[in-house]
Amino acid sequence: MIRIENLKKRFKKLQALDDISAFFNKGQVVSLIGPNGSGKTTLIKSILGMVKPDSGRIYVDGKLIKDDPSYRGRIGYMPQIGRYPDNMKVGHLFRMMKDIRKVPEEELDTDLLVKFNLVSIFEKPMRTLSGGTRQKVSAALAFYFNPVVLVLDEPTAGLDPVSSEILKEKIMQEKKKNKLILITSHILSDLDELTTDVMYLQEGRLIFMKDIGSLRKETGEEKLGKAIARVMRDSKRESLWVDEMLADKRN
Amino acid sequence: MLKLSRYVLYDILRSKVVIAYTIFLFLVSLSFFQLEENNSKAIMSLLNIVLIVVPLISMIFTTIHYYNSYEFIELMSSQPLSRTRILLSEYAGVALSLLSAFLIGVGVPVLLFAFNSTGIALLFAGSALTLVFISIAFLASVKARDKARGIGSTLLLWFYFSLIYDGLVLLVLFSFSEYPMEKFTLLLSALNPIDLGRIFIMLKMDVSALMGYTGALYKDFFGSGTGILFTLGIMLLWIVLPLLWAVRVFKRKDL
Repeated sequence: MIRIENLKKRFKKLQALDDISAFFNKGQVVSLIGPNGSGKTTLIKSILGMVKPDSGRIYVDGKLIKDDPSYRGRIGYMPQIGRYPDNMKVGHLFRMMKDIRKVPEEELDTDLLVKFNLVSIFEKPMRTLSGGTRQKVSAALAFYFNPVVLVLDEPTAGLDPVSSEILKEKIMQEKKKNKLILITSHILSDLDELTTDVMYLQEGRLIFMKDIGSLRKETGEEKLGKAIARVMRDSKRESLWVDEMLADKRN
Repeated sequence: MLKLSRYVLYDILRSKVVIAYTIFLFLVSLSFFQLEENNSKAIMSLLNIVLIVVPLISMIFTTIHYYNSYEFIELMSSQPLSRTRILLSEYAGVALSLLSAFLIGVGVPVLLFAFNSTGIALLFAGSALTLVFISIAFLASVKARDKARGIGSTLLLWFYFSLIYDGLVLLVLFSFSEYPMEKFTLLLSALNPIDLGRIFIMLKMDVSALMGYTGALYKDFFGSGTGILFTLGIMLLWIVLPLLWAVRVFKRKDL
């Protein structure tokens, strides 16, 4: 479905992506994991064509993404920080996106719109929304057009526990529909029940990409966080970050 | 394309800056025609407005608009729309609103009080300059990394085209005053759209008789059909080339 070949991207002194190659298929829920600044968001933005890689190629459904923007019609994207025109009202935003995507009314997925009760704030301008509400708008927009690929960048960050649970349930449902879902998150426990594959990035390099079954078997750990910590320790890589995460949880 | 431009236009009209600009131009033009007894004198005063204020407002407005709609542009770039289409829609939206502001604000009074070839030339030059400086401002904003640099560079460009360039031309003309420079100054005028607009309008007025031998040569050239085609062509180049360059830069930009 999505094939990435030798992707490289450099921002001034920072090598954000260093020769990344990967293949994602339908039905997979891929967790992109790595410390801050490891290149997760850059990778996601490259897939969406928002960041232009220095070299390497990305194919979606066998087609090079540079040539034709229409592939983005099959992707629902939830950004890490949703930025929207300040003066635009929430309802207007949804109407505009509908107008641009040209998806027939009956194919729209208004599930999250209803569950997050966004219709009640349709008349509010975007600039008055809190960070969490904005995040709900982003989530509802990502799922709105029933896309076959979902790209979620830190979906649960900033959401209250109830909304976070609603979103996770929604992701589970979509997973059952045999969609490809890419998630980045720092909250590994959130990913536990969703993930089918783990892609671990560090300083722009792909450290490993494994399916969760073999990861569990190799490490003998059930929990994703511990499993990753084990892999990192065994391969004698710097695993401070995961250790910190685990320490945090114990407290 | 038009669909996106509609949202751009909607956003611009909400801010009401364009409406204020229209009213400003309208009041200024009207008062010139009321104050001056002679309509061609009024046109002369309007000429300065067209050559100084219109490029300035066009550039500043475009730059601020670009940075204000950065979120919109970012949002659109994650949708199935090409970068070229996004930028051209932005251009179309800004161009349409500023052009209508100019044509209503200056066009209506001119058509009422001075409906002659000079008036038409003024409207033509003003419209062309509006489009040219929107193009240049888009290029500057797309290239600049942040708002301060963007606005700074558009201001510098405006200074260059409206003040510095003329100084440089004078310097060249003085240093080479021994040589026949008439053809060369013709070329120099093409390198600055404001100068080109000024010459184009001046030659429609009687004052060109005061400009000596060069003026006569200009009158000969710009008065002819080739001259009008030349002005049209050069203005068109000034609109299209910066815009194409801006699209090229925008396509490779990380958002």
